Amino acid sequence: MLALGQDEIAKYPFLADAGQYLKDKGFTLEQFGTDPDLKSLVEKAFNRIEVAADGKIYHSDLIGDQASNQAALPREVFSFLLAIVLLKLSGMNTLIKRFALAEARRAEKYLEKDLANISDESKKQLAIRIIDDLFSVQIKKQDDYFVIPISDYLKHSINFHEREWKLINRHVENGMVFLTPHETVRLIRKELGTYISSKIINAKTPPMISGFEESVNKLISMSKKFATYTVTTGEYPPCIKHAIEILEKGENLPHSGRFMLATFLLSKGQSVEEIAPLFKNAPDYNERVTLYQLNHLAGTSGSGTQYSCPSCEKLKTQNLCFAIPECDNIINPLQFGKKRI
Amino acid sequence: MQENDIKFLEDSFKKYYFEHFGLIHVPNRTSEREFGFQKFNSGMTRHISIKDDRELHLLLMQNIPSDVYCSNACYSFPNLPMNEKDWKEADLIFDIDAKDLNLECRKSHTISKCNECNEISTSSNNCSKCNSIKLEKKSLPCKNCIDTSKIEVSKLSKILTEDLNIQQNNIHVYFSGNEGFHVHVYDSQFQQLGSRERSELTDYIMFNGAIPETFGMKKFKPNRSSFPDFEEKGWRGRFSQEVYGSKSKRSKIISELIVNGYSSFQKTLESISDKIGAKIDPNVTMDIHRIFRLPGSLNSKSGLTKIFCNDLPKFDPYTEASFLDENSVEIMANCPIEFKLKNRKFGPYFNEKVSIPTYAAVYMICKKLATIS
Repeated sequence: MLALGQDEIAKYPFLADAGQYLKDKGFTLEQFGTDPDLKSLVEKAFNRIEVAADGKIYHSDLIGDQASNQAALPREVFSFLLAIVLLKLSGMNTLIKRFALAEARRAEKYLEKDLANISDESKKQLAIRIIDDLFSVQIKKQDDYFVIPISDYLKHSINFHEREWKLINRHVENGMVFLTPHETVRLIRKELGTYISSKIINAKTPPMISGFEESVNKLISMSKKFATYTVTTGEYPPCIKHAIEILEKGENLPHSGRFMLATFLLSKGQSVEEIAPLFKNAPDYNERVTLYQLNHLAGTSGSGTQYSCPSCEKLKTQNLCFAIPECDNIINPLQFGKKRI
Repeated sequence: MQENDIKFLEDSFKKYYFEHFGLIHVPNRTSEREFGFQKFNSGMTRHISIKDDRELHLLLMQNIPSDVYCSNACYSFPNLPMNEKDWKEADLIFDIDAKDLNLECRKSHTISKCNECNEISTSSNNCSKCNSIKLEKKSLPCKNCIDTSKIEVSKLSKILTEDLNIQQNNIHVYFSGNEGFHVHVYDSQFQQLGSRERSELTDYIMFNGAIPETFGMKKFKPNRSSFPDFEEKGWRGRFSQEVYGSKSKRSKIISELIVNGYSSFQKTLESISDKIGAKIDPNVTMDIHRIFRLPGSLNSKSGLTKIFCNDLPKFDPYTEASFLDENSVEIMANCPIEFKLKNRKFGPYFNEKVSIPTYAAVYMICKKLATIS
């Protein structure tokens, strides 16, 4: 574990060992529920979750990366640790996800600032080390940029669907990708969120603490408003329509197109027997082979693995995507026509 | 395929494998690879593990396969079912195939064989005899097909060394044995990448998905100074060379690009993608569990060998990849197109009995354009 200074723990509270931190400061959890001076921290923690649930970033008492006063630092850390206790007591996973994401975005801001810090080399080194320790991404400074190996870049960038993150739209030289501090930190956002949420999920749930009940109950009712309902139009996306047309015309649909069509229809609940006739017009149609392959994809034969429909990104690479405005930035054909109400 | 054709092909293939052990070697990390093979008129046998050259040669002699494959991946247990193999890493592989290059010449050397009535013709959509649309296409690739494929290999090789920092000696180029080239890349930083990451790499190499902003063009108030320079590395440099043509035209062309606007710029990117991107088969590169044709083995689509290309520009597959013997055999040939092997011209043959060397007979029988008479 990294050795962190007081202001660094306030910026990156998820790096602290919660139990140890409380012990070092001489507090027990119970005190926060009863001590009138400490109770405000539980409210602060509740507020921190509430802001996150709204999709905003908690505005801390830290000014720049310096605390406004020394007392503010432990308060920052406590409110984070107490927020985790509240979340565990509420048991609401949707809130945990939102909280982790918001905390990740908050930490992102500090990391970015530290990376770009020209005057304080130690701050920059710390940010570089956090990124390396937590996410095994080795970054090096080169002129005004941070460079990382292409293979490391790809492991993270594939989680993004915006085109500017595609490798083709990056400055690439000698096996390295060149990034600004902002982009470097943005690259690990998801992993930072996953790291924070796994810390929360793996934390022990304490028994209910007297004085915490009200906040916990408020969290439970808050999480209800995030339940969503979806309806589907039932219409097929253009890639699937196109594949069916090709087959109907008796033209050759490449293997990858057949894979897409079959896995799509299987996911929509069609049976192997319903799907097989679609391939009848294919120039190389062979009923036995088609049934064998469909059963294989459905997981009813062979290894038992059920194959899933490829992502839009993959279909683009395979020239099987014929996106229309109604696709509306979905990332898998199966999402086509789904609407939240 | 008929029994006596299969027997003839198996005899010829067996002889090749017996006499050319020196050309066929197991790859590095042999015991971690999965091997597979096909026999004529039969399905695939895979999930095989092999220790060394001797075991491989034994397998070849015992089974006389039509095609032999080896995984690009390394596994802890290559002979177990797919999900128990424990995948470790995989070499980067590329397939460049003349049939994917949309070449003009293709029409002139593609033959359609009707699956319903076996009629052979040069028409492309329907059978000229029974009008069926179930046609099997057979192409006899020409010099232009090979030369154009070589250009794609060079483009790929340049991107691999310059952009991806792969050492030239880790890039191995092979003639595929039929219509193109296979490129194997060993010991790169990409060994452990999964399929989705390789798909991104594929788009990079093919110049797919580029946006105008990457090349300095913005929707509003584009800034001249952010357009690429002629000497820049990577795609910005290749873009400059393709779009500006010469250094002196840079300024003039940038003005034009800005006047024409953002969506026109996007179209420019799409249109140059064909010229500057390397045309690889994305499915092959994305596949981390593929069993890929083994170097030194015969390709049953042609009877030619998948062979290492020492000197790509000078490489001629029709002399350097044809290893079958000269013994004359009598066949019934129906091959309306002329072809050349070992510097000798054959055909066209119109349903006629001819006596020709084994290597040429095998070539036509593999293409289903002849049978043993």
